[in-house]
Amino acid sequence: MKMQSLSGRRKVYNRTLRVLLYFCAFLTCALLLFIIGYIFIKGLPHVTWQLLSTKPSYIKDTIGILPNILNTVYLVLITLVITLPLGVGAAVYLTEYASNRRLVAAIEFATETLTGIPSIIFGLVGMLFFCNFMSLGKSLLAGCLTLVIMTLPTIIRTTQESLKTVPQSYREGALGLGAGKWHMIRTIVLPSSVDGIVTGCILAIGRIVGESAALLFTAGMGMSLNNFFSMDGFLHSSGASLTVALYVYAKERAEFDVAFAIAAILMILTLVINLSAKLVGRKLKKK
Amino acid sequence: MHILFLICGLISIGFVLFISIYLIISGIPAIREIGLVDFLFGQTWASTASEPQFGILPFILTSIYGTGGAILIGVPVGFMTAVFLAKIAPPKVAAVVRPAVDLLAGIPSVVYGLIGMMVLVPAIRELFNLPDGASLFAAIIVLAVMILPSIVSVSETALKAVPKEYEEASLALGATEVETYFRVSVPAAKSGIAASIVLGIGRAIGEAMAVIMVAGNVANMPSLFSSVRFLTTAVASEMSYAAVGSLQQQALFSIALVLFLFIMLINVILNMLLKWKREK
Repeated sequence: MKMQSLSGRRKVYNRTLRVLLYFCAFLTCALLLFIIGYIFIKGLPHVTWQLLSTKPSYIKDTIGILPNILNTVYLVLITLVITLPLGVGAAVYLTEYASNRRLVAAIEFATETLTGIPSIIFGLVGMLFFCNFMSLGKSLLAGCLTLVIMTLPTIIRTTQESLKTVPQSYREGALGLGAGKWHMIRTIVLPSSVDGIVTGCILAIGRIVGESAALLFTAGMGMSLNNFFSMDGFLHSSGASLTVALYVYAKERAEFDVAFAIAAILMILTLVINLSAKLVGRKLKKK
Repeated sequence: MHILFLICGLISIGFVLFISIYLIISGIPAIREIGLVDFLFGQTWASTASEPQFGILPFILTSIYGTGGAILIGVPVGFMTAVFLAKIAPPKVAAVVRPAVDLLAGIPSVVYGLIGMMVLVPAIRELFNLPDGASLFAAIIVLAVMILPSIVSVSETALKAVPKEYEEASLALGATEVETYFRVSVPAAKSGIAASIVLGIGRAIGEAMAVIMVAGNVANMPSLFSSVRFLTTAVASEMSYAAVGSLQQQALFSIALVLFLFIMLINVILNMLLKWKREK
């Protein structure tokens, strides 16, 4: 369509919106570049081997974040192990099995509500229930269990969205060839929606790595190196994740160099998680 | 297998019920003791004074203003970026911008808080000649940036799911590309875009850590350049030292209950909106 043949009002409409589109996209990218650039310039010089490989020591007056790195890794792994089967299972139920419309609506409403609940409320309830009521105390396990509730909707939603995009004809084809329902889901539906599940995992990992408010109250601010897999309790002691450590160092101790160093590490972590998850997704899709 | 999947599906309902009941049980006692009207519409919060006062109107208004401001800035930018990505971006450009948005979504809120604290707050102090830059305004800007990625990615997914035929039909009828995107694709994807806004509101109203680092955290009635406390930061800032079982701690649970009711209200309104639109 040639612009000349349009009326004046339509021309203005077209041009304004087009300019706005480009401007907003540019703004988003510029923001990201600024954030990454600023964090790296301020933070990377302070990321030293000593910082990464030691725990904080009052005697030597040094700060190390090894405990926080390990805590974050444990939180991610254990939470995903619990939440992934639950979330994918729920999504499969919603798209493949459910026949009662009201139940589906109720579950979807619940998932949406869970997504909307602020992390600080998860933190409070987690603290009341897991830490006090179940007497886990401020511990990584309490943190993980809280995170399971928080990441569940992310996984359900993304899996469900991608299950919906699997063409109905695939299902009919599989069923027509004599596959059972579970066999059909396992061999046809889930593999064709694997990228959605991976996206769900990315978002979930991102949420876990980035979570701070909920962890502050459930996993606590412990900065020491713990043996979490010892005999006296699985993940029993308090441990600050990287984000909580950043908050403590920036807000309460005014150690801004350390805070920026942690921020830079978190940025790199986010980058690595995003990239590797994407590569995995691509590989699985080829199969 | 059916039963197993059914249980998985029911778990999220269970979680929601569990959280609601727990919050209501722990939030009611303080409201009963303080009085609902005094609690909701009291203008002073002095939880540690010798004669403590627990009025949370400042927090409620701050949360509403802060979220409103963030939505006002964040939604247009995010929505436009989503349309750009889904429709007019050349594949090579989209291949750069999309991961950028994903990355923006993955940045932890404390990192936003740190940047806000070190860049935005001093800048606001200089720019507007204030004694302290930690203010509602700083919080609004940080929140606007934080809700961007959720709005972009969810809206984009919805826009891309619009059947190509709709757009082709519109183009064949003589509409330009831009007209097609805004008058055909966007209305067709409205439920997804609305969902992105809910996500944005939820993230903004519920954000605690980034806000606590830039908003100054004094229980003032809100104004753009004064130090304020949100509902979330009111809970976060006193939770760690409130004595267990004290009225102060119970009042904090009540604040969380109010916050929760806000979120539920938003969800219900939006669901009704979506249903109404679909029926039209």
